Amino acid sequence: MTELAIDVRGLSKHFANKVAVNKVDLQLPKGQVWGFLGPNGSGKTTTIRMLCGLLNATEGEGTCLGFDLRRDAELIRRHTGYMTQRFSFWTELTVRENLEFVARIYELDNRRRCVDDTLDILGLGHRQHQLAGALSGGWKQRLALAAVTMHRPELLLLDEPTAGVDPQARRDFWDQIHRLSNEGMTVLVSTHYMDEAERCDHIVYLAHGNLITQGTVPDIIDQSGLISFRAEGMNVRALEPRIAKLAGVEYAAYFGAGLHICGHDRALLEKAVESVADQGYQWHEIRPSLEDVFIALMDQSGADIRSHA
Amino acid sequence: MSDRRRYSQGVSLARINAVFLKELIQMRRDRLTFAVMLAIPILELVLFGYAINTDPKHLPTAIHAEEYTPIVRSLIAGLEHSEYFDISKNIPDAREGDHLLAGGGAVFVIEIPVGFTERLVRGERPQLLVAADATDPVAASNALSRINTIVNRALRKDLNGALAHLQADPGPVEVIVHPRYNPEGITQYNIVPGLLGVILTMTLVMITGVAMTRETERGTLENLLAMPGSPFEVMVGKIIPFLGVGAVQTVIVLLVAHWVFSVPFVGSISLLLFSVTLFIIANLALGFTFSTIAKTQIQAMQLTVFFFLPSMLLSGFMFPFRGMPMWAQVIGEVLPLTHFLRVVRGIMLKGAGFGDLRMELAAISVFMIVVVLLAMVRYKRTLD
Repeated sequence: MTELAIDVRGLSKHFANKVAVNKVDLQLPKGQVWGFLGPNGSGKTTTIRMLCGLLNATEGEGTCLGFDLRRDAELIRRHTGYMTQRFSFWTELTVRENLEFVARIYELDNRRRCVDDTLDILGLGHRQHQLAGALSGGWKQRLALAAVTMHRPELLLLDEPTAGVDPQARRDFWDQIHRLSNEGMTVLVSTHYMDEAERCDHIVYLAHGNLITQGTVPDIIDQSGLISFRAEGMNVRALEPRIAKLAGVEYAAYFGAGLHICGHDRALLEKAVESVADQGYQWHEIRPSLEDVFIALMDQSGADIRSHA
Repeated sequence: MSDRRRYSQGVSLARINAVFLKELIQMRRDRLTFAVMLAIPILELVLFGYAINTDPKHLPTAIHAEEYTPIVRSLIAGLEHSEYFDISKNIPDAREGDHLLAGGGAVFVIEIPVGFTERLVRGERPQLLVAADATDPVAASNALSRINTIVNRALRKDLNGALAHLQADPGPVEVIVHPRYNPEGITQYNIVPGLLGVILTMTLVMITGVAMTRETERGTLENLLAMPGSPFEVMVGKIIPFLGVGAVQTVIVLLVAHWVFSVPFVGSISLLLFSVTLFIIANLALGFTFSTIAKTQIQAMQLTVFFFLPSMLLSGFMFPFRGMPMWAQVIGEVLPLTHFLRVVRGIMLKGAGFGDLRMELAAISVFMIVVVLLAMVRYKRTLD
């Protein structure tokens, strides 16, 4: 059996009268990159904060890096790197000063070399004397990643690290994540981007505080049992209002010049396609994308919550 | 589509209303600001209306009487009856009087010499020696200006029959007043050392209060909390730079006091530095505690003002401490500035030593410890 970096059971967090996270189990093997997905307010940030000791769990037990979540929060802090959703380094300090601060807090040996190496690896060297507040979004993320990995944590918790960052910077950022993972770091990263989810070894999908599904990307698509058709042709824009209401069509959405319809019942979906067959669209079945699966899951869990309420 | 170009020109009541409603909601959501806005006028009314009294009475007075004859007793009773003098102590030794004055335990020491009664009866106008703490010229002046009248009135009912002629001018007793420490009654001598305490209170409480809430406001606190470190480490690290700020302020005030206002410095510099350090730490810790209560920098500033106002008015800086009613004195005794003023004036003007001031220093220390503990309890290691 592989060693687990995170092993928690029944993790719950209640705020006042709201359940933010509801009995989540997570077994994350060391060395893997896991993606945390789910709509806004699904409990991703709250779960991450509980894992690194920033929030006390209302219920649930478990360990993080073998340390007890409740008793050993200080040890977990020492061996974990946590990158907050909002940039949270000191804007009046330069890049280098921020890193030096972090190196001192973690009492690193050879501070100077550590900072130099980190600047080097993340390509921040030429910006080391710039004020952190003057950096653009992409460089801020890079500084944050540098700062939270300098103490060589065993576990890296990244909360939407690439939100609002351009595609090139995102790609660079993910190259860094894989580099760290290759060095043996375990990574848990929350994201809204499907392309990022597909770069993960394993994804966990949360909605309304509940863990809805998890697995590799192909597994999740297969397990969903979702069937997708794509229509192309002239005037595809006029199609959606008509087809979306037909039985079996759980959702319809435009993708570029085409329209995707998804559902779980093949017979009903095919019937829906036939009913508009005379209009000159080209239809073909496609493998559902991860996004299709997630939107279907989101609708489902939303409906479940509503029906329970 | 003429509709697209339609908009109200000039002043729009609807828009004013929109902004008005938004402000109203925001004001209501920021409870602390709202509370402070209501509390400050009430606080000021109570402090200025009730607490402040520029005709201080019940001033602590020590008596050193070499004899206790009926006439001396009448005299003492008369002094007490005037309400200006609270005879709190009968001291056996004249030197103890000096310590009481230096430590602030007494504002007056009245000495009744041997043979007072005998000389009085013989019409030789014996001397009544009154040593007064004149560091605050306002505090003692009313009592001193009335002491002759009070003494004469006290003796009136004893001096009857054959002794009645003694009541005639210039009076039966010669009252000799020795204003100590600030004999010329120069107000700057009192105000300038006091300003040291006021400046330190104002700036240091605010600066630390804001420094910590800034971390909360900008989100850097979450980062700080995710890293190793105890509340104590964070607090001490945060406070030390401001200790330096306080030290610089102290040096500036002392230099200006000396070069510009020629305020005397008769006491020990090292004792003053020790006391200043204690006082600075107490204020910094208080600011840190405020920052654990306030959610925004503005709230931290408001809390500072809320603390600063009574410090200024009830500490004896602006108005004589003894002139205030009992409840105001009790509040004043809680404030570190009250004790610090006694310490700094004691050292600079009276040459008071550690022994004279130990109670004041103890009070500042207790305040500091309580505030530090409060800060530790309130500073949370989590975002809960």
